[in-house]
Amino acid sequence: MTTAVVAEPRVRAGEGGMLPRAFEVRARRPELADCVTLDMAAVDGRPLDFAPGQFTMLYVHGVGEIAISISGDPAANATLVQTVRAVGAVSKAVCSLQEGQRIGVRGPLGTAWPVERALGKHLMIVAGGLGLAPTRPIIYWALANRERLKSIAIVYGTRAPDQILYAPQLLGWSNTEGLRVGITVDRAAEDWSGRVGVVTDLVPAMLRDPAETVAMVCGPEIMMRFGAQALLDAGVPAEDIHLSLERNMKCGIGWCGHCQLGPHLICRDGPVFPYPAVRDLMTVWEL
Amino acid sequence: MTDSKMKSMADILAAHPLFAGLDPEITDLLGGCAGNVHFSDGDYLFKVDEPADTFYLLRAGNVALELRMPGRGRLTVQTVHPGAVVGASWILPPYRWRFDARAVGAVRATGVDAACLRSKCDADPSLGYQVMQRFLPVVAERLQTTRLRLLDLYAPPAEVGRAL
Repeated sequence: MTTAVVAEPRVRAGEGGMLPRAFEVRARRPELADCVTLDMAAVDGRPLDFAPGQFTMLYVHGVGEIAISISGDPAANATLVQTVRAVGAVSKAVCSLQEGQRIGVRGPLGTAWPVERALGKHLMIVAGGLGLAPTRPIIYWALANRERLKSIAIVYGTRAPDQILYAPQLLGWSNTEGLRVGITVDRAAEDWSGRVGVVTDLVPAMLRDPAETVAMVCGPEIMMRFGAQALLDAGVPAEDIHLSLERNMKCGIGWCGHCQLGPHLICRDGPVFPYPAVRDLMTVWEL
Repeated sequence: MTDSKMKSMADILAAHPLFAGLDPEITDLLGGCAGNVHFSDGDYLFKVDEPADTFYLLRAGNVALELRMPGRGRLTVQTVHPGAVVGASWILPPYRWRFDARAVGAVRATGVDAACLRSKCDADPSLGYQVMQRFLPVVAERLQTTRLRLLDLYAPPAEVGRAL
């Protein structure tokens, strides 16, 4: 006789996991043509403590809920910062929120980037497209802990120059001591003097000491597959490569099963995983 | 070219990733076909449809591979960086460039006389095989990165069928 094993949800009702808290939009910043960053504050005044890599379920009243990564500074928790791309009904409703409007927030949810592993080592962040948003809290953390890291490198790839997320901030970081920023785009016209090519080409060029590097990778899944492979090929240990996966999250707390990936529920066991835990799953058809 | 100059050119070739690790006799032989060149920002290393008579081993600076399209200006296909090879059309007939190659900033490179190298390869198939063994990974890598870009890795979810 076999016994079904049902994982115990880590977040319970009343702890922020099931009951949305009311937040108010304090600022709204268009980032790209289809992408907006919202600064939100809890109506009850309690800050939302989170670790880099975690996400929330944003609930637009009468429309629905959507999982969105937190993209703000973990040390500035009075403001919840989230960057959203308008692609479906819920995300379009989130993007259309204006200052003063309210939204429900559950969370923070999910696992965090293991930033402590990078202490005393080189930290490389590999981000693609909107994948820069979930990694931005690591960058804030890294800048605050610069003396405890050997170096910080951001490797960022996107479709075209006008699709560079947080462009002014990336420019500022590129002029920050101890932080190297490499950007590459897939296509460019003559007003772009930067790099054109795939992000996997830029990875080895920006690595310093692969064996002493901890890498955090976030972006479209195909990009993460090839990005992780480029890191491995260059000599970064597999256990020091971490990915943030995305699936169709519905409940956010491991109950509904919509975001299942093999033995994992992404919302509960992830979204951040060590590469060895998901490497084989990423190549399975229809999973 | 003097012996000492050929030696130094052989050393330069041996230091480039393309030819690193080759037998010194071979880099000596290849050195006879090579010379150092400099380009200023905006200079063209070569232009589309020109004879592919010199290819370049990039030592410093960046090069944009481009096509100029009527009404759209220059479209950059790819940028290449120190350690890379600029130009592969010299290997196969009709030996004409398929893209423009433009210096982005100051560029230092080693130019290799393609006709000279081809004639040495033709005369010594063993040398030709070793040279092709070095070039094939370059071409394969370019093909692989082109395939990755065809996948449009960063397409918004709505364009790949998942939207919430």
